[in-house]
Amino acid sequence: MAKIVVDVMLKPEILDPQGQAVSAALPRLGFTFATSVRQGKRFEIEVEGEPSAAQLTEISRAAETLLANPVIENFTVRVEK
Amino acid sequence: MKVGVVTFPGSLDDHDAARAIRAVGAESVSLWHADSELHGVDAVVLPGGFSYGDYLRCGAISRFAPVMTSIIEKANAGMPVLGICNGFQVLCESHLLPGALTRNQGLHFLCTDQRVRIENTSTAWTSAFTKDQEIVIPLKNGEGSFQCDDPTLERLEGEGLVVVRYVGENPNGSRNLIAGITNARGNVVGLMPHPEHAIDSLTGPSADGRAFFTSVLSQMVGK
Amino acid sequence: MSLDTVAIASTTPNVEQPFAQLGLKLDEYEKIREILGRRPSSSELAMYSVMWSEHCSYKSSKVHLRQFGEKAPKTNALLVGIGENAGVVDVGQGYAVTFKIESHNHPSFVEPYQGAATGVGGIVRDILTMGARPIAIMDPLRFGPADAADTRRVLPGIVAGIGGYGNCLGLPNIGGEISFDETYAGNPLVNALCVGVMRHDEIKLAKASGAGNLVVLFGAKTGGDGIGGVSVLASETFGSKGSAKRPSVQVGDPFTEKILIECSLEIFAEDLVVGIQDLGGAGLSCATSELASAGTGGMNVALDDVPLRDPSLSPEEILMSESQERMCAIVEPSKIARFLEICKKWDVTATVIGEVTSGDRLIITWHGEVIVDVPPRTVAHEGPVYNRPITKPKYLDALTSQVPSLPMPKSAEEVRATVLQLMASPNMADKSWVTAQYDKYVQGNTIQSQPEDSGMIRIDEKTHLGVAISTDANASWSYLNPYEGAKLALAEAARNIATAGAKPLAVTNCLNFGSPEDPEVMWQFSETVRGLADGCLEMGLPVTGGNVSFYNQTGSVAILPTPVIGVLGVIQDVRTRTPMALDRGGLELYLLGETQDDFAGSEWAYMHGQRGGKSPVADLQREMRLINLLLEGQPIFEAAHDLSQGGLVASLSEMTLRKNVGATISLSGDVATALLSETPGRVVVAVESKNADRLSQLARSQKIVLTKIGMSGGNSLTINGVAIPLDELKKSYTDTIPKLFG
Repeated sequence: MAKIVVDVMLKPEILDPQGQAVSAALPRLGFTFATSVRQGKRFEIEVEGEPSAAQLTEISRAAETLLANPVIENFTVRVEK
Repeated sequence: MKVGVVTFPGSLDDHDAARAIRAVGAESVSLWHADSELHGVDAVVLPGGFSYGDYLRCGAISRFAPVMTSIIEKANAGMPVLGICNGFQVLCESHLLPGALTRNQGLHFLCTDQRVRIENTSTAWTSAFTKDQEIVIPLKNGEGSFQCDDPTLERLEGEGLVVVRYVGENPNGSRNLIAGITNARGNVVGLMPHPEHAIDSLTGPSADGRAFFTSVLSQMVGK
Repeated sequence: MSLDTVAIASTTPNVEQPFAQLGLKLDEYEKIREILGRRPSSSELAMYSVMWSEHCSYKSSKVHLRQFGEKAPKTNALLVGIGENAGVVDVGQGYAVTFKIESHNHPSFVEPYQGAATGVGGIVRDILTMGARPIAIMDPLRFGPADAADTRRVLPGIVAGIGGYGNCLGLPNIGGEISFDETYAGNPLVNALCVGVMRHDEIKLAKASGAGNLVVLFGAKTGGDGIGGVSVLASETFGSKGSAKRPSVQVGDPFTEKILIECSLEIFAEDLVVGIQDLGGAGLSCATSELASAGTGGMNVALDDVPLRDPSLSPEEILMSESQERMCAIVEPSKIARFLEICKKWDVTATVIGEVTSGDRLIITWHGEVIVDVPPRTVAHEGPVYNRPITKPKYLDALTSQVPSLPMPKSAEEVRATVLQLMASPNMADKSWVTAQYDKYVQGNTIQSQPEDSGMIRIDEKTHLGVAISTDANASWSYLNPYEGAKLALAEAARNIATAGAKPLAVTNCLNFGSPEDPEVMWQFSETVRGLADGCLEMGLPVTGGNVSFYNQTGSVAILPTPVIGVLGVIQDVRTRTPMALDRGGLELYLLGETQDDFAGSEWAYMHGQRGGKSPVADLQREMRLINLLLEGQPIFEAAHDLSQGGLVASLSEMTLRKNVGATISLSGDVATALLSETPGRVVVAVESKNADRLSQLARSQKIVLTKIGMSGGNSLTINGVAIPLDELKKSYTDTIPKLFG
């Protein structure tokens, strides 16, 4: 069994008020390390056995069609070891 | 004239859209999301609400409903389609309209009586307005910030595809204060504010919303 | 740990059981043993422990709440009284309206968003389970000081939770209030009200009758939410094989509830249920025992048929789970196929988990083994009844003999400064920052919502029949005199219905108090209930149901007694309702009711740190005459607004700021008293000059003191020559809350 992770983030040019709110809250709590924060989504998909190249292509297609909105979001697909 | 109103699981303002349709003298037809049959309607309204609880993204799951396959086909052939709030989100997810709606800049749900300007009166849903007419209708949502890339914005503005624009302070961070847009053909319109809640000053801030529905009534639509 | 069955329990009487950890007292545990004739199994112990908790059994309040039944006024309007999930009143034209208010205080302190959200979810299900379509919600909220760190922690989450859940359900939020007071620091009060409407013949009750009828659990799957939430104690339960600590906070999913509402209403429309109950506090323990207890026989349940989100849950945990969005229906076998078909259409999980029997026991099995075998009445309706000791508080005499010593504005500058200061104070300030997070338009029938005196919903589009609801409380008065305080809150809520032109019809209440184990708190409680019952009898308004929330205290310091009274009324034609705001110049302004020196417990006194004195005494006969005047005179009122906290200053400010129409006011006598006193039973009305005589006539016939106080118009609020520009007043009024919480 393998776990495939799809990370979805808003495109850099899209307004991210949630990320901004987090970024503003951190220093209020004494955390001053961040120059910027953006907030995204992570999908964990479990498949039987090791994922084939074909399966990974399918997962990318699913990410493009459903998991992310390509108009405003980018995504990455990776197999988690 | 028959106007269909779609009910997705979680749709809320479907009854209100139906009421608005009846109020202007048309017949309202209820369309179930799982049924691809459109029952010969002349136009369709995708109503407001929280279809599928806004899971994943607003409208992201609704856009794949069987009824949407038929609606997309008919819309591409010229049938008038109005997407209100969640309906607008479904239209963008379906790519019947460009851009996307994201979280309000202020991060809160905002319910307010919003002043807007009708900038395009050539669409199927706004022909009853006068150009640049200002109206007040309710705005009530948490994810109403219209976003798109620069080329899309240039095209929308350049080709006069912005139908409704917020007047005054930007309530949610929408690019260029865009509250509603249309496709090139003018039959598909999406907007965040709710005209169906402004058909009567007893229950809304005005009766300014009626004209959206009387507009479509005056369309001659071949079936 | 292996399964503890009834069979095992019968043969192992001396096993030590953790009854104290589950919140049961020794005598209660022994009573259970006596009832069963053996020791309880661990599942039975779990059931009794949640059902006999204060929240579920009302053990400390029952003896007092009886008065609502004993002193119930005779009325034909009551279709369903106390004892069911919610009361139901006849509003005419074949319509029945159900409404109720409940608390979700402690969970909201722990997890503000989910606590408030699930509070909304729970009260909405109570209304749904009566057979009604929920049509509106309201939320009176009370917090510690507005500028306290903990208030900043809880308020935004609570407001977001109410909005997040209510908006997604498609329920307009039409009223409520927000108050700040040190007494609620550490104990915010989140009270949630819901109203629903149905036809008379659609009323559903929570009873399981008809041997052979099926028990169906539908809605969300069951998980480990809120285990122990009701018992207030340990979130770790004995016998669990899964993760060590179960969440003690329930998490709500409004989408699931929205689907549940639509699915249930379709089921009701086809008359497919014989009885129905929602699963709230104490989950399945409550639903099964209450349905069986109220029914005509017994019930068998196969607990392992309950659909689970978390397969590691033990039977005890399943029985105690407070997973949200679940209902339990009793369905005749001939109707089950259609029932399940409708659930499938809406994608609602529905499972037959048992049947009604001709016996008189509730028997629950786990994979064939009997783990619960109890007389349901002893679990659900015959729990412990306490007669808690009552002692009049020692502080009371000294407190009530104080006389507030307050700055009384006299000069123009002082009057001006007072008005601005009062309207900028967190309690009086504009709450739009909160109310804009609530959808008030959905369903398209909202006639009035905040900041009007009451929320109003149209229930018939053709006849324009409508209902109005208001919730009110005055903890400052209840603290000084709980008996009068309850009557005064009742009068205020009824008055708020009448100012819009609706006739008060019925009452609900949410009684928020400290620990019932404190005799002084019990005295406050018993006096409050006595006052409310006496008041309701005198005013002819039946109590249809409500909620008691005890243990609102930090350490040994209880909150001030805070009985929240909700009144529902009917208006024949919503188009004729009287709004609160002045909308044009040239109207004559009158004050109905006499003003005395009532500063004890007032907002002005509170702002100066003074809580003592004698509370006003309710004159309910006069209040009723005032209500009659408001109803009879409705056609001539252009605007009407009641006076409460903040006195005349608050009322006039609110009436002028709403539509930006000013007023010129002349007050005789001591201007400070006229402006700041909080004498009850007063309303400001606006009439056209041509109707002034009619108004005098009405006031004379109802024996209500009438005083002309001025005229509407202009862009200032001018009092005895002191002009406060509305722009300036608006700024003070609207700046406060966004600055604190935005």
